Amino acid sequence: MELALVIVIQVLYAVATLFIISAGLAVIFGMMKVINLAHGEFMMLGAYATIGAIRLGLNLWVAMFVVAPIAVGLVGVVLERLVIRRLYGRMVDTMLATWGLSLLLIGIVTSIAGDTTAGVSAPLGSFSIGAYSLSGYIPVVIAVAIALALAIRWVLMRTQLGLIARGTMQNPDMANALGVSPSLVYSVTFAVGAALSGLAGGLLAPITGVVPTMGAAFVAKAFITVIGGGPAILAGLVGASALFGAINQLATFATTPVIGEVALLAAAIVMLRLLPQGITGRFFKGSL
Amino acid sequence: MNRFAKSWMSAALSLAIGIAMMLVLPGVLDDYTLIQVTIYAVMSILGVSLGFIWGFGGILCFGQAAFFGLGAYTYAIAVMNMGDSTGPFLLAIAVPALFAMILGYVIFYGRLSDVYMGVITLTVTLILFNLINSTAGPEWKIGSAPLGGFNGIPAIPTLNVPGHPNDVLSPKDLFDLTFVCLLVVYLGLRMLISSKIGRVIIAAKENEQRVLLLGYDARVYKLFSFTLGGAIAGLAGCLFANWGAFTSPTIFGLAQSAQIIIWVIVGGLGTLVGPIVGCVAIQWLTTQIGTQQMFNSNLVLGTILVVFVLLVPRGIVPTLGSLGEWAFGRMRRRKASSTTAAAQAETAPAMAATERAT
Repeated sequence: MELALVIVIQVLYAVATLFIISAGLAVIFGMMKVINLAHGEFMMLGAYATIGAIRLGLNLWVAMFVVAPIAVGLVGVVLERLVIRRLYGRMVDTMLATWGLSLLLIGIVTSIAGDTTAGVSAPLGSFSIGAYSLSGYIPVVIAVAIALALAIRWVLMRTQLGLIARGTMQNPDMANALGVSPSLVYSVTFAVGAALSGLAGGLLAPITGVVPTMGAAFVAKAFITVIGGGPAILAGLVGASALFGAINQLATFATTPVIGEVALLAAAIVMLRLLPQGITGRFFKGSL
Repeated sequence: MNRFAKSWMSAALSLAIGIAMMLVLPGVLDDYTLIQVTIYAVMSILGVSLGFIWGFGGILCFGQAAFFGLGAYTYAIAVMNMGDSTGPFLLAIAVPALFAMILGYVIFYGRLSDVYMGVITLTVTLILFNLINSTAGPEWKIGSAPLGGFNGIPAIPTLNVPGHPNDVLSPKDLFDLTFVCLLVVYLGLRMLISSKIGRVIIAAKENEQRVLLLGYDARVYKLFSFTLGGAIAGLAGCLFANWGAFTSPTIFGLAQSAQIIIWVIVGGLGTLVGPIVGCVAIQWLTTQIGTQQMFNSNLVLGTILVVFVLLVPRGIVPTLGSLGEWAFGRMRRRKASSTTAAAQAETAPAMAATERAT
């Protein structure tokens, strides 16, 4: 019974992590149809921003929830202006350019911070369920994921900004004719996506080793989750994270973490063969 | 594409330069440099494999390194078990080709679009990387070959003269073999592209719908070019394992895949010489960066990729090719004007017709 509860919590944790690391990419891909291969490096920047802010004496939670998103959001604005803007509508070229950006960011951070692992210790200690002990950070990650999902839904459905964003996503020309500047919307969207990636990086800083190349571990998983989710941003993201996160965690329990990763990737390939449009291409059509 | 690049003259020129280099270089270079040139040629074969499937087949494969690594590992494992290297050499081509065929079947017969293609090839590369990386320890072995996990496989026996396991190739022989392979691959692909099959492959890249309506099954042609690309990458992997007598999971890595794509972009998409030029230029640059401390190699590679995508999307070779086109065109015009006036009067309508046809 206790074991079952622990497994449920671990699965929820895996799903929540996958949701958090994919959210930034999903916003950028869903709204702009830009595949941002520098997503992992945005997370890496978020993690470094968190660590830097803590070293400057800021509180861990402030560093994580305020400094990291703002810092990476600003980087996103600059990169969108300089590079991404020139390549709208050319999907493959954007992929290549953002891949170049990811190498560039790794290079810059390596030059500044060095090729060593930095880190902060996870806060909140641990709690126990019967004979099992779990990190106190796990409930935080799950809570953040739920809050993030609700926040995305609230912004898109209930605010002026969300209305404009959804309109531009559905029909950029029509939105333009009604007086919305798509270029401004894209700019803001990219910044929000980057900020979400920064938040994810900050949140993961205490539980992963922070190195300049840490992004590579996340980008493929995030990429697969977003593509697997399909056209609807939020429903797709939740569905795909739940599916892939659960498969990953259960396979990890049954075997080893490596096999867990492999199971996730293999499940993604099988799923794309069966549902080439992603989960929301077939189910939950028309949802957010 | 311009006329010069399509003409046989450019192919003959490239071949002549290749053969000249193969004959001259061993005489003038010391052993160390010759070994360096060998790895450039090995990587060029890999570059050409992606240049072919991407530039002519329209298939952007983010995981060309997977076939490369598979070739290297297949050779290493097979040669340690079999002794004689002829079978392993062929297996190192056949296994990646088979793997590409299965993967291609899933992709093309599922009618997956560009982006999904990228995801799947990337994912498969990561799966292989993760799997091989986790096979450290003595319990992981195939036959008598330990897989070594993240430590890789050291001391891989070098290729030998077929049938004589003790008569192994010297670095000079390996250089010759690699160059011959590169030239054969180049010439073979060149001939394939100008054949009827090649034309359908290119047509399927330009407009798949129209090719289908003309009665060709585009999927078969894509699958064929993808499989061929996998086989060539496997060959490069086999030569790579021979070059350093070592292979490790990093050759499956994302960095390796990224490099191949950068070679093709920098050299020129839609040419076969381009990937070779790009590969040699970038490899040389990476080696030079390694000798100084100022700039990190990721930083430079990333900058190059961004700059080329934004400013020189055609790559080096097509830009040079335009110059060649100009010279070629001038030569043709001069030939045309040297015919006698009388003959010209007779052939003028015919020539006008040919001009229009081309």
